[in-house]
Amino acid sequence: MIKLTINGKAQEVEAADDTPLLWVLRDTLGLTGTKYGCGMALCGACTVHVDGAPTRSCVTPVSAVAGKTITTIEGLSPDRSHPVQRAWIEIDVPQCGYCQSGQIMSAAALLAKNLSPTDTDIDTAMAGNICRCGTYPRIRKAIRRAAELAGKEG
Amino acid sequence: MSLEHIKDSPGSDLSRRGFLKSAAAVSGGLVIALYLPGCGKPENAATSGPARMIEANAWLRIGTDSSVTVLCDRSEMGQGVYTALPTLIAEELGVAPDTIKVEFAPAGAAYVNSLIGSQVTGGSTSVRDAWEKLRMAGAEARERLIAVAAKEWSAPPSSCTVADGYVTFTTRRKSFGELVEAAAALPKPENIQLIPKDKHRFIGKPQKRLDTGSKVDGSAQFGIDVRLPGMLYAALAQSPELGATLDSFDGEKVKTMPGVKQVVQTSSGVAVIADSWWQARQARDALEIKWKSGPNAKLNNAAIYAGLKTAAAGKGKMVRSEGDADAGLKAAAKRVEAVYELPMLAHATLEPQNCTAEFKDGACHIYVPTQAQLMAQAAAAQAAGLPAEKVFVHTTFLGGGFGRRLDVDFVPAAVECAKAAGVPVKLLWTREDDTTHDKYRPPARNVCSAGLDDQGKLTSFKLHLVAPSITSRWAPDAVKDAVDPFAIEAAHNYPYDAANVYIDYLQHEIGIDVGYWRSVSHALNCFAVESFMDEVAVAAGKDPYQFRHDLLAKQPRWQAVLDAVAQKAQWGRAAEGRHQGIALMSGYDSYLAQVVEISVQEKQLKIHKIVCVIDCGQMVNPDIVRQQAEGGIIFGLTAALYDDVNIVGGKVQERNFDSYRLLRINETPEIQVYLLEGEDKPGGMGEPAVALVAPALCNAIYAATKKRLYKLPVAKQGFAV
Repeated sequence: MIKLTINGKAQEVEAADDTPLLWVLRDTLGLTGTKYGCGMALCGACTVHVDGAPTRSCVTPVSAVAGKTITTIEGLSPDRSHPVQRAWIEIDVPQCGYCQSGQIMSAAALLAKNLSPTDTDIDTAMAGNICRCGTYPRIRKAIRRAAELAGKEG
Repeated sequence: MSLEHIKDSPGSDLSRRGFLKSAAAVSGGLVIALYLPGCGKPENAATSGPARMIEANAWLRIGTDSSVTVLCDRSEMGQGVYTALPTLIAEELGVAPDTIKVEFAPAGAAYVNSLIGSQVTGGSTSVRDAWEKLRMAGAEARERLIAVAAKEWSAPPSSCTVADGYVTFTTRRKSFGELVEAAAALPKPENIQLIPKDKHRFIGKPQKRLDTGSKVDGSAQFGIDVRLPGMLYAALAQSPELGATLDSFDGEKVKTMPGVKQVVQTSSGVAVIADSWWQARQARDALEIKWKSGPNAKLNNAAIYAGLKTAAAGKGKMVRSEGDADAGLKAAAKRVEAVYELPMLAHATLEPQNCTAEFKDGACHIYVPTQAQLMAQAAAAQAAGLPAEKVFVHTTFLGGGFGRRLDVDFVPAAVECAKAAGVPVKLLWTREDDTTHDKYRPPARNVCSAGLDDQGKLTSFKLHLVAPSITSRWAPDAVKDAVDPFAIEAAHNYPYDAANVYIDYLQHEIGIDVGYWRSVSHALNCFAVESFMDEVAVAAGKDPYQFRHDLLAKQPRWQAVLDAVAQKAQWGRAAEGRHQGIALMSGYDSYLAQVVEISVQEKQLKIHKIVCVIDCGQMVNPDIVRQQAEGGIIFGLTAALYDDVNIVGGKVQERNFDSYRLLRINETPEIQVYLLEGEDKPGGMGEPAVALVAPALCNAIYAATKKRLYKLPVAKQGFAV
């Protein structure tokens, strides 16, 4: 049994040590908001926060996060009220939406450290997240908007 | 074009609907439908007892609680049908789109796309097909509701108005919920009038997407997210060599691996079924399988492109002929000739192919991200050994489509696994499975010739298209005696004024399956035509924009977008060190022009800006049009810069996003999109913006370097990108 804290809730899961966190989240715990895209940390669709840091869950063995605090898209806010989610809604960022959980988790991690990101900061923080639909122009805009929203909440 | 192979499927959910339709025809009214599984209580309903849902027609249900549910009969893969189609009904019914509950329609004859001839989401047809149909569906329901209220008030129906879920006459009003059951008993209204454009409240205005909320909190259900009680997971081993067949396999060793339940031979390979997908995949990777080499054992790219070149010496089927192109070329003061070659490409939907299958009560249910419900149903029926009416198709959100999910090759194995396991099974391909077993964009060899007179005016144009045909595989009956219409797009409608024009298409098959890839042959042919027009302009000693403009006097819509893009991009006035390229295209009843602005230092290419002007006629949702333009441009730029598919010994070499690169945010240039007020009918916008990027980019590269690119991707033509 491996002990994890996921979205504020202590969980014990039965899984082989080398099972990627992604599949524990999706198949064992039913948290399907975190997506599989590549399995090699190339696309970012599986991004979650581990102790606040954006982490590619598809290459993170579940044993490596034992005892750590994990946040998935389902735990970012209870009601789509996180500034990044609000900005995403305001600007209608998603198209197919498949990559967006990962995009949002990467953006939220960026804003947690940096409330006034430059364009370069945004590009650097988000370069690991592929969007096949090409929502990048809106992602840039929405991150700037989320920074404003978060700043107001300050 | 109509594909004739689609039949109604009586007995399924869809035919239940068909039955309702005929019952409605008999009784002449709306039909009170039973609650459907999964229909549930509408989110917006505020009643104490359970509301009854009245089925107005195949797309619309109104509850006794006034809730409105629209069945979306096209697949949502990012292009916005989940918002745009309900908006058409909402407009006529007088309710705000964001108060509507949307569900995906089942497979059914009522949902056939009249522009394709099957229940298909593709060809940028969804809004064009729905434009009259869904507005009529909304208007018919509105007229019935008005008729009931008007009768009760002894008011003239024409004096009653409908807005926000109420019918109103002077100071009196009644909710839809109060009227809907009586409306069901009325005969079909006559002389239904659609709301005129100047009275539109929602159409043509930038409405918020209805799927955004569920796509920012992880709750949107894609195929990969389906979970059923007792469900197991499968991973599938397919032959790495395309077209090879299974010789033998040893499944015994992996049966002792953790979680493994079963090893199953399927029609497309060998599947491992396990408690979790990770376990299934681990075991699949450990399988020992022998494959029997097939006809592609020696296939490689060099052979494919050499084959196209050899074939190109032959004559194709005539697509268009005006004047005498050969004589015109012979008599020309100056002749220009060029050959453009296009690479194969993968779709790379971010959600890998998958399907979940379940056998229940003598029927088979498939939960599948598909663009072709009736084909998925037929494929599942065959695999299940059941008639089509015993297969129920549940369409999920699609994690990208781009044409990949017009094919249903991932459906049978899921059904075969569920049948063998006796419990629901979700079969999911790996990224590598997906890249190496795609239906690739066809390669093409496009041979262009032009003749100019001594004033530099275009007199003759000849285009010889050589490529495999997708439709010959996908819907063979539709192209039995005809040219594949999906091979000649953006060529057959060559807009430039010339006395002699000859265009033909020569079908040349390459031994592997090719598929519809976002914008299909527009991308193949627009690259050739618009690169070549640049070349001809240079030969004529004219500015590439002005040269095109002068040849479009008889094509006002083409000329208008061209002129607008030149103005918006400040054509000819780029900053020092920057260079521009231009391209023009019409497809899907839309007209587009793009300018790409770049700089090149040594061999390092930098893209600064892409400007796009669009006339897509009547827009339903301008913000979604904008999204499709932005996304389409990025999709086109990815292909132009980075990608091709390489085959060695029948095996695709690209496997994951390290070898098949997709554009990232830090590589994305500034994109400006301008929308022109269009004519009355809508044009398609899911695809066209993709096709102009490569020629506009390569024309800019020529402007910067005097090097003309005849092949793609740019990254393999001596440029660092």
